[in-house]
Amino acid sequence: MTEQLREAATAGGDVRLTGIGKTYGAFTAVQPLDLTVPQGSFFALLGASGCGKTTTLRMIAGLEEPTSGTVLIGGQDVTALPPYKRPVNTVFQSYALFPHLDIFENVAFGLRRRGKKDVKKQVEEMLELVELGPYARRKPHQLSGGQQQRVAVARALINHPQVLLLDEPLGALDLKLRRQMQLELKRIQTEVGITFVHVTHDQEEAMTMADTIAVMNGGRVEQLGAPADLYENPGSTFVANFLGQSNLIPAEVTGSADGSLLLSAGGARLAMPKARCATEASSVYLGVRPEKITIAGADSEVAEGRNRITGTVVDSSFIGVSTQYVVRAETGQELAVFEQNMDRDTRLTPGAPVVLHWNPAHSFGLDAAQAIDAGTGEAAA
Amino acid sequence: MSRIVKWVRAHLVVLAGVLALAYLVLPNLVVLAFSFNKPNGKFNYEWNEFSTDAWTDPCGVADMCGSLSLSLQIAVLATIGATVLGTMVAFALARYRFRGRGGATGLIFLPMAMPEVVMAASLGTLFLNMRIPFGFTTILIAHVMFCLSFVVTAVKARVMSMDPRLEQAAQDLYATPVQTFLKVTLPLAAPGIAAGALLSFALSFDDFIITQFNSGPTTVTFPMFVWGASQRGIPVQVNVIGTAMFLAAVVLTVVGQWVGNRRKAQA
Amino acid sequence: MTATAEAAPTQVIPLQDRPPRRRLTPYWLLLPGLAWLVVFFVVPMVYQASTSLQTGSLEQGFQLTWHFSTYWDALSEYKWHFVRSFGFSAIATLLCLAIGYPLAYTIAFKASKRWRNVILILVIAPFFTSFLIRTLAWKTILSDSGPVVETLNALHLLSLTDAIGLTTGQRLLATPLAVICGLTYNFLPFMILPLYTSLERIDPRLHEAAGDLYARPFTTFRKVTFPISLPGVVAGTLLTFIPASGDYINAQLLGSPSEQMIGNAIQKQFLNVLDYPTAAALSFILMALILGMVTVYMRKAGTEELV
Repeated sequence: MTEQLREAATAGGDVRLTGIGKTYGAFTAVQPLDLTVPQGSFFALLGASGCGKTTTLRMIAGLEEPTSGTVLIGGQDVTALPPYKRPVNTVFQSYALFPHLDIFENVAFGLRRRGKKDVKKQVEEMLELVELGPYARRKPHQLSGGQQQRVAVARALINHPQVLLLDEPLGALDLKLRRQMQLELKRIQTEVGITFVHVTHDQEEAMTMADTIAVMNGGRVEQLGAPADLYENPGSTFVANFLGQSNLIPAEVTGSADGSLLLSAGGARLAMPKARCATEASSVYLGVRPEKITIAGADSEVAEGRNRITGTVVDSSFIGVSTQYVVRAETGQELAVFEQNMDRDTRLTPGAPVVLHWNPAHSFGLDAAQAIDAGTGEAAA
Repeated sequence: MSRIVKWVRAHLVVLAGVLALAYLVLPNLVVLAFSFNKPNGKFNYEWNEFSTDAWTDPCGVADMCGSLSLSLQIAVLATIGATVLGTMVAFALARYRFRGRGGATGLIFLPMAMPEVVMAASLGTLFLNMRIPFGFTTILIAHVMFCLSFVVTAVKARVMSMDPRLEQAAQDLYATPVQTFLKVTLPLAAPGIAAGALLSFALSFDDFIITQFNSGPTTVTFPMFVWGASQRGIPVQVNVIGTAMFLAAVVLTVVGQWVGNRRKAQA
Repeated sequence: MTATAEAAPTQVIPLQDRPPRRRLTPYWLLLPGLAWLVVFFVVPMVYQASTSLQTGSLEQGFQLTWHFSTYWDALSEYKWHFVRSFGFSAIATLLCLAIGYPLAYTIAFKASKRWRNVILILVIAPFFTSFLIRTLAWKTILSDSGPVVETLNALHLLSLTDAIGLTTGQRLLATPLAVICGLTYNFLPFMILPLYTSLERIDPRLHEAAGDLYARPFTTFRKVTFPISLPGVVAGTLLTFIPASGDYINAQLLGSPSEQMIGNAIQKQFLNVLDYPTAAALSFILMALILGMVTVYMRKAGTEELV
């Protein structure tokens, strides 16, 4: 089975979207965008609900007509083709398994529609691959959520699509099963080598599984890149806040030295690498991830050359692997700090004066013209 | 004593429900009992003597079984007509947004909000004015007309509750629009269509008012036969038919449910 | 847009509109069914309106003479028929609600799954038995020497109903009460089924939640169950009241000439007297009154979408 799927994969599964957009009356769901998903990659479209990611996926599947632009799959223009003529298959949100057909017939559905012979052997092999062999004659509602999910994957993969589209495929599963299925899907993708395009609102899921992530917001692709790259170098406050958590400190650029920008924020003097600043503006946000900050009692020594801010602990919560602190900084904001629980300093209770410090190389810079809380979930839509 | 009062208070709702059920079933039991009566005179209203005569000779009354078969023919044809037309309308209303949708919905609702006698008299007036002779065709036309709305309501409810993603999934899996309809949409909508058809059959078979206004002298349906008999004298065989219909309905529903449950259980 | 790789639009190519075939699909689907309703439901209504303003006789033919006085004559002759129609139907509808609600409630919340199906079958099965036969059975049940009359007589209840005019002469048959009883019986399933449908949807945990929040069982019913079941109540009362007010079978079989309802009058004018203008005028008035009442009722009840 895997070999056959591999063959299908090498047939060319580049997805190229050029100027593709979708409007419903006055509402723009997807602004015209260009996107290339390279053959064989695991590509994630990440964003909050209503950002246009599902619409984009459905335009690739042919379930939604684009208002503008073209869709190319493996070099072939499929924009005008109906879904049943496109070499793609979809794993639908909540699976859309046919309730009136058993598992075998669900998986065989696509083969039968294309008039394929020898359906039985292929379906059995496919059910074996997703470890559902004994369930062939059950109805979908008799299976657990995780099993239904695997049927949905099998039903799509058996058709050897050039591209597999996954629309929030794990959304209906509980956390533990979701983690397990993430690894499972990743394994299948590596094994068969088919291009996967995966829509999700769960940033951890996208980072775990995808080679490349496109972060979408308000019908646009906000930033595109490898997970680690997006996390370390967010290009906007939205990406900084949506992908993980960020501390953003408003600051003014006061000068530069040795490839570093010198900044002043409130009373504090800070620095960051010029290369990691996404803007030329003089008003910037200095960003730093909570786990990169070291927290210590106010009387502690801080090595020369580190960014340093003093403040007061407002809240601390113990969550097992780490302790999360909220610190009101001298600059006025509340900053989050994640500290691994190795040598917990018992004096760091709410009210305690502290000093926060971090390596300037771990800072990044964003244009302060943007909303500081974009993508936090608290920002007004 | 107080324990009895307490029990009654705790089960008041159920008691009232059981009484209501008794009220519903009582006439059927009377019909059943009096199918074994040997009435004294033309009317079968008072108990006289036990007899199985009517059961051994159900068609022994002139014209009764003929009217029964006429009613069955009309009911079957009206059900087919109303189910086909109604299912199409239901799909249009449930699946598409279009100009005039509100008006179409209103037009479907109206016959259900109209007393039968009004529809009966107005349709009869039309046939009279058009000089269309009353008979089998006029009855059939009338029955399709008033069953249509009920089919639309039943099918529409079912189609609206169907997940549109199932049809999209079928298209994604290489089913053409026609195949999608035959392999996915129709099987999923089937319970609603069956419910609509069953309701049509029952309504048409049992209809009296609209039929009385639109039937000719030779087309006497079973309800019209009973009506006529209630003026002249009712043969016991009428009770036999009534009881047989009731029992057939109960048996059919029970078997249907049993089959449905078994399917669910074993599949 | 900052460090985005490929997110700038190059050119926007508008797709040609899909062929109009797909836009027409709903109309093709609607066409046969709606055409049937227009030809055999709407057109007859218009014909009827015109017929009600005609004069003439069956032998000489009818002409449209805008003869509005047919309406006044019909109204003055049959005003008590209208009053009885709506009176009997209103009482029967209330009785249906009073009898049907406990049964629907029992099926939805009290009965086990097995019993639920049995009871539902018993509620629906009468649909499949000729209702004329079942109505005639009431003649037996309510007959003068039957156990019902004897019991009510022994309890002196018939004297009571005699006094308020629901019965006459210590008997039940050929009285308003018999007609109301028949109407209630005939349309009870139309009340129970919508009630059951709306009650069945209620999560039983709502009852527990209400109880948890200090509501006594009756308060729970008044503040939670009943308001949620209101769409069922509205649908049920309409499905009972509308057909009952046009019915003439119960009045004919269980009543005497002094219990005749408006349906009897229309039937007599149309089928026996062959006075089509009067029959048309009467059914037009009936239709207008019912549509008016239904509109007001649905406004008050605040439920628009029932279809």
